[in-house]
Amino acid sequence: MSNKVKKLLTARFGVVSPDSIEDYIKNGGYASLKKALGMDPEAIITEVKASGLRGRGGAGFPTGIKMESVRRATGSPKYVVCNADEGEPGNFKDRYLMEKDPHQLLEGMIISAFAAGADYGAIFVRGEYINSIKILDNAIKQARKAGFLGKNILGTGFDFEMDVYSGAGSYVCGEEFALLAALEGKPARSTFKPPFPTTEGLNGKPTQINNVETFANIPHIIDMGGAAYAALGTEASTGTKLISLSGNVNHPGLYEVTYDITLREIIEELGGGVPGGRAVKMVQLGGPSGPIIPPSLLDLKIDANEMRKYNLSIASGAIIVIDDRADALDILVRIMEFFHHESCGKCTPCREGLGQVLGLLDKFVDGTATEADLKLLRNLLDVMSQASLCGLGQAAPTAIKTILQYFGDELCGRIGAAKEVK
Amino acid sequence: MEVKEVLDKYGNSPGRLLGAMLEYQRSKPQNYLTKEDIQAFAKETGLPVSRVYSLVTFYSLFSEVPRGRYIIQVCRDVPCHVNGSVNVVAELEGLLGIKMGQTTEDGMFTLEYTSCIGCCEMAPAMQIGETVYGNLTPEKIASIIGELRRAGK
Repeated sequence: MSNKVKKLLTARFGVVSPDSIEDYIKNGGYASLKKALGMDPEAIITEVKASGLRGRGGAGFPTGIKMESVRRATGSPKYVVCNADEGEPGNFKDRYLMEKDPHQLLEGMIISAFAAGADYGAIFVRGEYINSIKILDNAIKQARKAGFLGKNILGTGFDFEMDVYSGAGSYVCGEEFALLAALEGKPARSTFKPPFPTTEGLNGKPTQINNVETFANIPHIIDMGGAAYAALGTEASTGTKLISLSGNVNHPGLYEVTYDITLREIIEELGGGVPGGRAVKMVQLGGPSGPIIPPSLLDLKIDANEMRKYNLSIASGAIIVIDDRADALDILVRIMEFFHHESCGKCTPCREGLGQVLGLLDKFVDGTATEADLKLLRNLLDVMSQASLCGLGQAAPTAIKTILQYFGDELCGRIGAAKEVK
Repeated sequence: MEVKEVLDKYGNSPGRLLGAMLEYQRSKPQNYLTKEDIQAFAKETGLPVSRVYSLVTFYSLFSEVPRGRYIIQVCRDVPCHVNGSVNVVAELEGLLGIKMGQTTEDGMFTLEYTSCIGCCEMAPAMQIGETVYGNLTPEKIASIIGELRRAGK
């Protein structure tokens, strides 16, 4: 078990003061940047590709390929953007990364910018994370003073600047096109794709957008080499993963693990199981946009190949444990209210669909739902996942769909319930 | 704090506007943006008033109505929900004598729901101003409110 807990990104947590660049440097910080600046940018991309690193925000796109696309894209200036809009309930790993070891993120972004040929970096942090914003602002000032940012970085002729940008309360900013709109000072509404940000991103220019955890991995890949990093994981999932464990567990918190760990080991051994000796009823993976699965699937390893067999993925690494006191319908209503509130309102399937879904769920709550309502609900969910413009509307139905798949009775059992009472 | 002052601090670019407007709003005792504030931001940035106003209505951390000096934001997303955030709201409503969404008569507290504040490991949680309070119990809530009441007077 203990061999499945591996401190790589979290190694300096509690060891360095987040306010001190000296601490970071004393503990090996910015050594990877010095190494990287002595390498050919193409060689950095080769290492990142060899590492097998995939985006840690949830979608899992290969980072090396994204980096290479930006390098190859025509257009100037080029940007690296850090998606620190960690708004998915149940996720808090990025907050820890920013508040416990901010320079690790900066170092990863500067190396990425050098490899991708970017001139400017932006960290977009959700407005609720006031503390993260302050810590990053301070870290950037320190890095600038130390010569890791600005003109002619470490005498190599490489110029790069970055700033922190605050959101102001909008979940959809986590979607990359919506985030770019917010960075341009507009309401965060997504748009049609392609083109993708690697060719037309911020201000219409080539942009590498990655999650906080993804960037934080880069210095380690440069330090140990792509192959050694890949060797840490499984064939399909390399490196380590930060897990945000929450809900009904004895020890909720942040854990860094390798991909050969099972969901059950995370919940029972790291999380200490469910309080009060109660049983796990269901587990939601990734956050409200993720699937809700039964205890029978908890022996799956979090590795991509193994989870794919059940159409699952560990996504952003949130694991929300829900014990046997919970009512599936109550949980679903809460999740759908969340999405309804956060929908940007641009496309019809998401904006109107979520209101209609809530109306139908109400019928299940008060027991007036019919078979026709269930059919309508299923149909509506399909329309939303297929026709919504962005990930918000596409993923919003996942929770209900998986409840219908694994806990169907909890919904179907309420059909005609009001009649029986009479 | 003046509009110009906060824009100078953040850099006068559309991308930095959200952060600047939030800090400006936080600096005001009633935690909201008036029509005049919005017009002032438009004038200083050279953006149309409609554009600045669209940000105020789109992003949930802005308010167009006066609020309390302390804004109590309670999370009710699933990790907090399954850890009893329902009771947190009842506790606060009882202590403050207001309902969710209202402001106390003395203008001290406003009670709001918030989307997840990324503190799920200490659920149930709430945020007041810049401070996050986790692992809430009725005793803890009473003591936090008591302290703020004393500090706010």
